[in-house]
Amino acid sequence: MTIVYEKSKGLTDVPFHYCPGCTHGVIHKLVAESLVELGVLDDAIGVAPVGCSVLAYKYFNCDMQEAAHGRAPAVATGIKRALPDKVVFTYQGDGDLASIGTAEVVHAAHRGEKITTIFVNNAIYGMTGGQMAPTTLVGQKTTTSPFGRDEAHCGKPIRISEMIATIDGAKFVERVTVDTPANIRKAKKAIKRAFECQLKGQGFALVEVLSSCPTNWGLTPLKALEWLRDNMIPYYPLGNFKDFGEGK
Amino acid sequence: MAKVLMKGNEAVGAAAIKAGCKLFFGYPITPSSEIPEYISRALPEAGGVFLQAESEIAAINMVYGAGGAGARVMTASSSPGISLKQEGITYCAGAEIPCVIVNMMRGGPGLGSIQPGQADYFQATRGGGNGDYRTLCYAPASIQELVDYVMLAFDKADYYRNPVLICADGMIGQIMEAVELKDPEPMELPPKDWATTGTGGKRKPVVVNSLYLQAEELQEHNKHLIEKYKLMEENEVVYEAFGLEDAEVVCVAFGTTSRIVKTAIKQAQAKGIKVGMIRPITLWPFPYDVFKEIGDKAKGILTVEMSAGQMIDDVKIGIAGRLPVYFNGTQGGMVPTPGSILADIEKIAGGAK
Repeated sequence: MTIVYEKSKGLTDVPFHYCPGCTHGVIHKLVAESLVELGVLDDAIGVAPVGCSVLAYKYFNCDMQEAAHGRAPAVATGIKRALPDKVVFTYQGDGDLASIGTAEVVHAAHRGEKITTIFVNNAIYGMTGGQMAPTTLVGQKTTTSPFGRDEAHCGKPIRISEMIATIDGAKFVERVTVDTPANIRKAKKAIKRAFECQLKGQGFALVEVLSSCPTNWGLTPLKALEWLRDNMIPYYPLGNFKDFGEGK
Repeated sequence: MAKVLMKGNEAVGAAAIKAGCKLFFGYPITPSSEIPEYISRALPEAGGVFLQAESEIAAINMVYGAGGAGARVMTASSSPGISLKQEGITYCAGAEIPCVIVNMMRGGPGLGSIQPGQADYFQATRGGGNGDYRTLCYAPASIQELVDYVMLAFDKADYYRNPVLICADGMIGQIMEAVELKDPEPMELPPKDWATTGTGGKRKPVVVNSLYLQAEELQEHNKHLIEKYKLMEENEVVYEAFGLEDAEVVCVAFGTTSRIVKTAIKQAQAKGIKVGMIRPITLWPFPYDVFKEIGDKAKGILTVEMSAGQMIDDVKIGIAGRLPVYFNGTQGGMVPTPGSILADIEKIAGGAK
C-alpha cells in the first residue's frame, strides 16, 4: 500500500478544538510540516499565545511554552537567548500580536531576535466571541463595533507586515493566505523560508497569514473565504515585504 | 575570600553571577539601575547573557521563557517596575518557573519617590498578581545578607520550582559595605526534566503552562501548589530574634528599618528598658510562631516600617490579640529616626494607651 498523505509528525494526536471552517488547522499543519521537512522538530520550542490558538501547545509535537497575552515574542526571546541553538517560534493571533503585544513584537524584530513568528490575522477576536480587533476592517460589524468599525472613532486597521518590514532587524516578512490550494502552497513556502531565516541566523522573521473566522463573521466556511478574498486581501495585500536575499 | 567594599546593587549582580545566574533581563529604574549596569559588564564575562528589555513586562516574560527553558535567570527593579512585572510573576508561579526577582523598594504609591520605602510588603507577601500563589520573599538588612540571600534564592527557586523575591529597599541598594562572596552551601536539587530544551528526539515534548481549562484540573494544580507553599511555611521561615523572654517592649522591623530599631533599642536599654526584637528575614513565610516566645512582662509590640503600616497585619496575626500592637511609620521615602522609635518604646514601657 502506498501512503499518499498522512498527518504531519509535527502534530500530536490531540483533536483540534477549532470551529468548523476555521483555517487555524491548515496553518498549524503548515508550521508542523515545515519543522519536519527542515529536520528541526526535535530542536523546536514553540510559544503559544492567548486567543483562539491558546491551546496550540497541545497540538505541536515539540516542546512548548504558553505565554501571557501578547508576550510570546518576549518569552521566545528568553528561550532563544538561553538556548541559541534551538529553533524558537511564536504562533499568535491579531489580538495577541497586533494589540496587546505590539511592543513585544516590534522590539523582538528591532533586536533582530532570531525567532520565527507566525501571525494569524482573522480581523476579529474569536476566542472571546467576536469583538473588534486592531485588524478589524473599517465598516466591519463585531460585538464591540455593532454599527461597523468607524474610522473616525477608532482609526483604521493596523497593517503589521508593512510596519515590521520597516525594522532593520526583521529579515523576512511575508503576508500569505490559505483560501485556496495554490495559496496554501505559497503560505507553506513562506513559513519554511521564515524558519530558514532563523536557521541561517539572519534575524527576525514574520509570516502574516490572513485567516477566516466563519463563526464570528457569521458566514459559512466557503462564504467566509470569499469575504476574505473580497475584503481582507484588498486592504492587506499578499506578498513578500522583505527577504534576506540569499537563495531567494 | 577576603571582604570587598561593594554597593548593594552591584553586590546583587556579583552574588547572582556567583550563584550561576546565566541570564539577566531588566529595565533601568532608580534606585536599582546599578544592578543591570553591573551585570551588563560582568555577566557576559562569566559566559552569560545580559539583555536590556523594552519594558519591565517584556523583561519578566523573557525571564519566564529562559526559566522555562531551564536556565538560572534573574530580573531586578524598583517598586513601580515590580508592579509591571506582577503579571509575569503570577504566570511564573502558575507555570512553576524558578527565577529570582529583586525589588529595591522605593516610596509609593504610583510613581512615588526614588527614596527608600517598604510599602511593597502587601504586594510581595500577598501576591501582587492574580490568583492563589505565594513567593518566597527574603528581606536582607545588610549587604552581606543581600549577597547571601541572593545566592540562596537561586537554589530555593530551583528546589521549589517557584519565583523567589528579594525585597530590599533603596537604602540597601545604594549603601556600600564590606562583603564576602562566600561559596554557597551545595544543595541537592531536582533535575529540570520539565524544562523546554527541545526533545532531541529522545523524549516526549514538555509544556510550560499555567492554563487549565477544566476546573477540576486547575483545582488539582492549585492543591499541588498549596502543598508546596505549606512545605515552604514549614521549612523556610528565617528570622532574627532576641530578648523576647523578659522584654517589656518588643520591636518588629525588617530591612533598613531594623538597623535603626537596633540603635533605638540600645538607647532604651541604656535607660534601663528591656526591649526585645523580632526581625523577619523571610517576609513570606512570616515568622508567626516566634511571637509565642514573648514573655509575660511585655506590655506591647512596636512595629516600625517605612510604609503606612503593612507588616503590622502579620504582627497582629502573630501576637493573636495577646498584646497591643503600636505602629511607628514613615512614608514617601522618609526614613525613621532612632529618636522617634525610642520615644515610642518609652511610651509603651510606661504603659501607653
